[in-house]
Amino acid sequence: MVLMKMKFPAEKRVRLAQGLWLLSWTATMAGALTFCLGCLLKTELRRRAEVMDNTEIHCVPHTLMVVGIASLGINYFAGRICQDALDPGRFPRWKGFLNPYFKVSLFFTSLMLLAVIMSYAMKGSLEASLKIGLKNGIRFYKDTDTPGRCFQKQTIDRLQMEFQCCGNTDFRDWFEVQWISNRYLDFSTKEVKDRIKSNVDGRYLVDSVPFSCCNPSSPRPCIQDQLTNNSAHYNYEHQTEELNIFVHGCRETLVKYYMGLMNTIGAVVLSVFLVQGSVLVSLRYLQTSMEAVAGQENAEIETEGYLLEKSVKETVMEYLDPVLKIIMPNQVASSDEGAEAGNPAS
Amino acid sequence: MALLKMKFPLQRRVRLAQGLWLLSWVAVMCGAFTFCLGIYLKTELLRRAEVMDNSEIHVVPNILILVGIASIGTNMFAGRVCQDSLDPARFPRWKPLLLPWMAVALLLCALLIASVVLSYCLQGSLEESLKVGLRNGIRFYRDTDVPGRCFQKETIDRLQMELRCCGNNNHRDWFEVQWISNRYLDFTSKEVKDRVRSNVDGRYLLDGVPFSCCNPSSPRPCLQQHLLDNKAHFNYEHQSEELNLYNRGCRKALVDYYMGLMNTIGPGILSVISMQLSVMVSLRYLQTAMEGAEALENPEDESEGYILEKGIYETVAEAKATTLSFFKFGTVEAETTDAEKAAPESG
Repeated sequence: MVLMKMKFPAEKRVRLAQGLWLLSWTATMAGALTFCLGCLLKTELRRRAEVMDNTEIHCVPHTLMVVGIASLGINYFAGRICQDALDPGRFPRWKGFLNPYFKVSLFFTSLMLLAVIMSYAMKGSLEASLKIGLKNGIRFYKDTDTPGRCFQKQTIDRLQMEFQCCGNTDFRDWFEVQWISNRYLDFSTKEVKDRIKSNVDGRYLVDSVPFSCCNPSSPRPCIQDQLTNNSAHYNYEHQTEELNIFVHGCRETLVKYYMGLMNTIGAVVLSVFLVQGSVLVSLRYLQTSMEAVAGQENAEIETEGYLLEKSVKETVMEYLDPVLKIIMPNQVASSDEGAEAGNPAS
Repeated sequence: MALLKMKFPLQRRVRLAQGLWLLSWVAVMCGAFTFCLGIYLKTELLRRAEVMDNSEIHVVPNILILVGIASIGTNMFAGRVCQDSLDPARFPRWKPLLLPWMAVALLLCALLIASVVLSYCLQGSLEESLKVGLRNGIRFYRDTDVPGRCFQKETIDRLQMELRCCGNNNHRDWFEVQWISNRYLDFTSKEVKDRVRSNVDGRYLLDGVPFSCCNPSSPRPCLQQHLLDNKAHFNYEHQSEELNLYNRGCRKALVDYYMGLMNTIGPGILSVISMQLSVMVSLRYLQTAMEGAEALENPEDESEGYILEKGIYETVAEAKATTLSFFKFGTVEAETTDAEKAAPESG
């Protein structure tokens, strides 16, 4: 029972081949676009690599780049095949090539879909990675004299200014770490000594934030120090103050940014997936309808094209049987023996 | 004695027409490119329009936009002319239009050269405009409650952060204005009263700068207040401190930015000028070669093409004579009438 049979008169075959040639070139452009989108996403992820703890999310752009390059090859061959399809002398040499070609193409096309699914599924992993990365960035903000960490301050400052965010979850994260280095603290003053004695680890904790948390849209010059002390500043209430510093945390802002980027890329990749799928379907129809012509005297007859020779279930079983035989040889053999024993008995 | 005479056999004329057709389409692209450059420059100038006092510098992008549009039309016309040039029936109708076309094309090239020259000459005007604009921006920084000025603070803050600059000439410009609004000053405290009394105008002046002057590359958390007081901060010397705030002034930063932009655009414009000139020269050769071919008995014979029919001096003298005779029309007639009257009297 054939899957999705269609009749193909000679005229329709010619139209199919021509349409497929155009479509394969469109799909080549689409494959190049996929590759470029993968590069773009990779670049954007690498720009903020310093505030990410792991690189698990990078598998999405890697997959896109692989699929992009693979689809260039797939569509090149599709174009060549459909150019040769209408020539009965040249088409037969593609015969042995086509079945493995379809398997490989299906694999890479499904990888495209997988990349889109991954970009949504890995949101949690991205968020966890950013949480740890930002926590470290804020902790090592003051270590501008430690090799390997001396650029954390600049990274965090520029990140907060560019994305208009403050801290990890929100600005209170800055109250929990010592972000002013000991090099700039005068340990002979009472204020410094009091603060250090006030907590177990001997850290200089303040209810202040760095300048990069300041919101330029505020009508008031930025208040950075003594944020929770209403009497320290004239006409100031920290509970109702909204515009002074950025209210969003950098983790939330970055996750939103990357999810927005991946949503856009996902939409484009889905349409590329549809184009690629249609190329493969058209090529399959062309192959099956041209194979029926081969060997006939009159090449202008109407033939039938189909997607699968047998139904989906039978084709799947056909492929799975060798695999099952390797995994479970005893069971298949014993069922045969049982049948044989049963027959002589009856 | 023709200027730069060249011989044009039939084959060469055909090649010239075809090459000119391609060249005119390339010149149309160049015209579109010039238009885009003008739009880009205008957009960049408009982005910072709030810190500019006048818009004299806008004449440069305006010229580029006009010339871009005009040259698209001009070069399309050239393309049509050379399409028709090889057809002896259709070419004559373009003939009277070619001289005005040359004049328009020359005018466009002159305008482009003028725009390049202006982009250098107007640097002083740009700097003056920025000086006044930035001074006002810093003065009105605190007026976030005054309609029409309420966005100055945000503009100046974002400008300083983006261009990595502080103040007009340098960060000390902030010491000379009151940039903290009275709404946020506690006039009952001694400190505020002292500062307000310490100067004639009763302004709250301090040696502090806004947060947007802070340099993220500094190893130290940003020091914004008491900048001139070494004792106010631990391990701080304002004379030797370099990384705490941005060192350069916003006026210099903006002038450098715009001059860099115009220096990049300059070579592009020069190549557009040379492209336009080559279209003009080719069309002139095609016109004269086709006219020469028409005059021959066998139109397929070799003809001559030139840029000017006579030498430069003679052409200029001729043009002068024509213009003078045009203006002296009345006087010439009067003289002839006098001569006629004199003749019968004498005769």
